[in-house]
Amino acid sequence: MTYTKRTDGRKFDELRPIRAEVGIIPNADGSALFAHGDTLAIAAVYGPKPLHPQHLQKPDRGIIRANYNMLPFSVTERARPGPSRRSKEISMITENALSSIVDLTRFPGTVIDVEIMILQANASTRCAGINAAAMALAHAGVVMKEMVASVSIGKIDDKICTDITKEEEDHHEGEGATDIPFTLTSRGNMVSHLQLDGKIPAKRLIEAYEAAVAACKKINKYQERALKGEKINENE
Amino acid sequence: MDNEEENTQTDDKKERKLVIPGETIVSAQDHLPGDFTRNDNGEIVATRYGLAETNGRIVKVIPISGVFEPRRGNTVIGRVMDINFSGWNIDIGGPYTAFLPLMECPRFIDRDNLAEFAKLGDVLSLKTYGIKKGSIDLTLKSRGLGRLDGGRLIQINPHKVPRVIGKEGSMISLIKNSTNTEITVGQNGYVWIKGDDAGEGKAEAAIKLIEQESASEGLTEKVEKFLGNKMKKINLEETQESTE
Repeated sequence: MTYTKRTDGRKFDELRPIRAEVGIIPNADGSALFAHGDTLAIAAVYGPKPLHPQHLQKPDRGIIRANYNMLPFSVTERARPGPSRRSKEISMITENALSSIVDLTRFPGTVIDVEIMILQANASTRCAGINAAAMALAHAGVVMKEMVASVSIGKIDDKICTDITKEEEDHHEGEGATDIPFTLTSRGNMVSHLQLDGKIPAKRLIEAYEAAVAACKKINKYQERALKGEKINENE
Repeated sequence: MDNEEENTQTDDKKERKLVIPGETIVSAQDHLPGDFTRNDNGEIVATRYGLAETNGRIVKVIPISGVFEPRRGNTVIGRVMDINFSGWNIDIGGPYTAFLPLMECPRFIDRDNLAEFAKLGDVLSLKTYGIKKGSIDLTLKSRGLGRLDGGRLIQINPHKVPRVIGKEGSMISLIKNSTNTEITVGQNGYVWIKGDDAGEGKAEAAIKLIEQESASEGLTEKVEKFLGNKMKKINLEETQESTE
């Protein structure tokens, strides 16, 4: 059976309902919430602040230290709290995705802490995390070249789908499922992060990139509106 | 929704627009990039979250959030974090800790017992005098600086400090007079309040109110009303205190 209709009835290029908001954590320098449907992430930014231990300091620039954390109650089967192989990987790719847009040369020897927490998970948690983190960084008054937006594009059977859910990720019929999280910059549509889990022909990857460009444009609009004071909770 | 647009920090009423990083402000054809903006292929683009303002040909972004960035001559409030043989390490918020050398103390201090003057956790009001990359030097050699005893220390967004102080100190003296407290506001967003318990609490609440409502019009009236209401309630409890 081919994948002709998405499990939740969305169009193939349609995002899940989006929630976005800034300033949700009063003690942080900047904070934000971002949700793709049931996937809900919050992010808090602290700093730039002095970095200890000293040997981690870079004399020519500051560093970003991201910490992605999936809370125990975020998934159906309780997730064991604390760092895991997976969360360390996602922390690292988040750091890399954000480092390319943040001006780190302003405060050498300092750190910007980005804490990301996944309160509820239904696939593409890293994308929700990066979207929230980018908003929180902007909200914290960090100097940035531009924004980033992140979305996971999937090839489910032979269809390119935007913002895939757990159910789609687990699709096994036909060609199976391929999950490609993209993070793109807001002005140049430059790829600041890309992962690929599965198989996809080069031609289809370009298609996936194009779907990501369209989706990230929409996400950017949501981020912008949220930063300008709106509390967003709506369908596309 | 965009009531920030009406924000008028000074007397001149210029048009200000809330922008996010990466947002195009104007075309670079007849404008030049100023603070926190850059020229990206003929467009002036914001690089920081804040209010965009055009002044002649220069376009700049006025930050509304972010950590304190010290400049020379700022009066700040700090807390002693560490003591070493030549002075005190002071937390003034922001990206770097600051240093107060023993030499910058106006009175005689025993070299072997620096804690006699200021021990760990003590609060001081200071002035920044030397800003080098990654190090901030402080001094106590100016009028009104020194150790702040008792009272409470609160922290606000350093970008809202001008609002808390008000035009020529009007807002802060309003709070001081009606709550009967001593208040020192540091440029770094640390605020020290001293008075009786009720007064301190009220002054703190008033400052938090200003921080929250800093963008709205008629802020002074709001604060007056807030202080007036609070004062009445407290007067009923403690009958002898007079407000004026």
